[in-house]
Amino acid sequence: MSAIQTTRSEEVHPDVPLVERARGGDVEAFEQLVKQYDRRIFRIAQHITQNREDAEDVVQDAFLKAYEKLEQFQGNSKFYTWLVRIAVNESLMRLRKRRTGRMVSIDEDIETEEGSMPRDLAEWRPDPEMMYGQSELAEILRKTVQGLPPGFRVVFVLRDVEGLSTEETAEALGLSVPAVKSRLLRARLQLRERLSRYFRKKDGDGGK
Amino acid sequence: MTCSEFLAELGDLLDDRVAMSLRSDLEMHLKGCEHCVITLNTTRKTIEIYRRHEIYELPEGLRERLHAAILAKCKKGCE
Repeated sequence: MSAIQTTRSEEVHPDVPLVERARGGDVEAFEQLVKQYDRRIFRIAQHITQNREDAEDVVQDAFLKAYEKLEQFQGNSKFYTWLVRIAVNESLMRLRKRRTGRMVSIDEDIETEEGSMPRDLAEWRPDPEMMYGQSELAEILRKTVQGLPPGFRVVFVLRDVEGLSTEETAEALGLSVPAVKSRLLRARLQLRERLSRYFRKKDGDGGK
Repeated sequence: MTCSEFLAELGDLLDDRVAMSLRSDLEMHLKGCEHCVITLNTTRKTIEIYRRHEIYELPEGLRERLHAAILAKCKKGCE
């Protein structure tokens, strides 16, 4: 089998009629959109703010703002991308408040060379996740992703975890496509490097 | 192709966005470079693991609070 696999998949979201109905005053249609996206918006907010209370507030503020501004939604982008953009801005505002007015942006802390060249080149176990219990694994994954610079973390989360395309991620964050691609690669390599500590094959694992 | 050149294309490779012409060069490099095979496979696994595991669950009661907030907003603005 080729080492290069095809991983891309296209997803079609039936949001357009729901947005239209919500615009016409159908609150149930809007609630359907909320149920569809509240988990994802919460995760994005939690990843950016790293604070549960703030993330909960962001979810509420982002959906209420989207509801208020539905008339302004042009439909040039997907509803979800538009919503993510609102949530990212709300999250950054929360972060700013918590850090007592200090400017916070997703450009912070990205001048790092860490992880740009792979150093840990050990193979991983075939099923690395099986080495840990569910909550222990979740803790490892949380700790590892939290260690990324914010500007890398948000790109990785939107693009790889929440499934936005590179172009949608760029649009949601107000970045160029090359900037998203470069941050994404650095984020992926840094995470890989850090997870290697937990998932690498150990002596005595055998040939498998 | 050097490892650095391979790494520069790794993102597009993982996203299956590599041009056909470049694809065979990458395959060729992988055939002779165990380190880049490991980097490719473990980076792909990194992404898969993060996609598979929900590390932040929706807090209990948040959906209900959201529902109430939207209804309150609607009562003010829908009529």
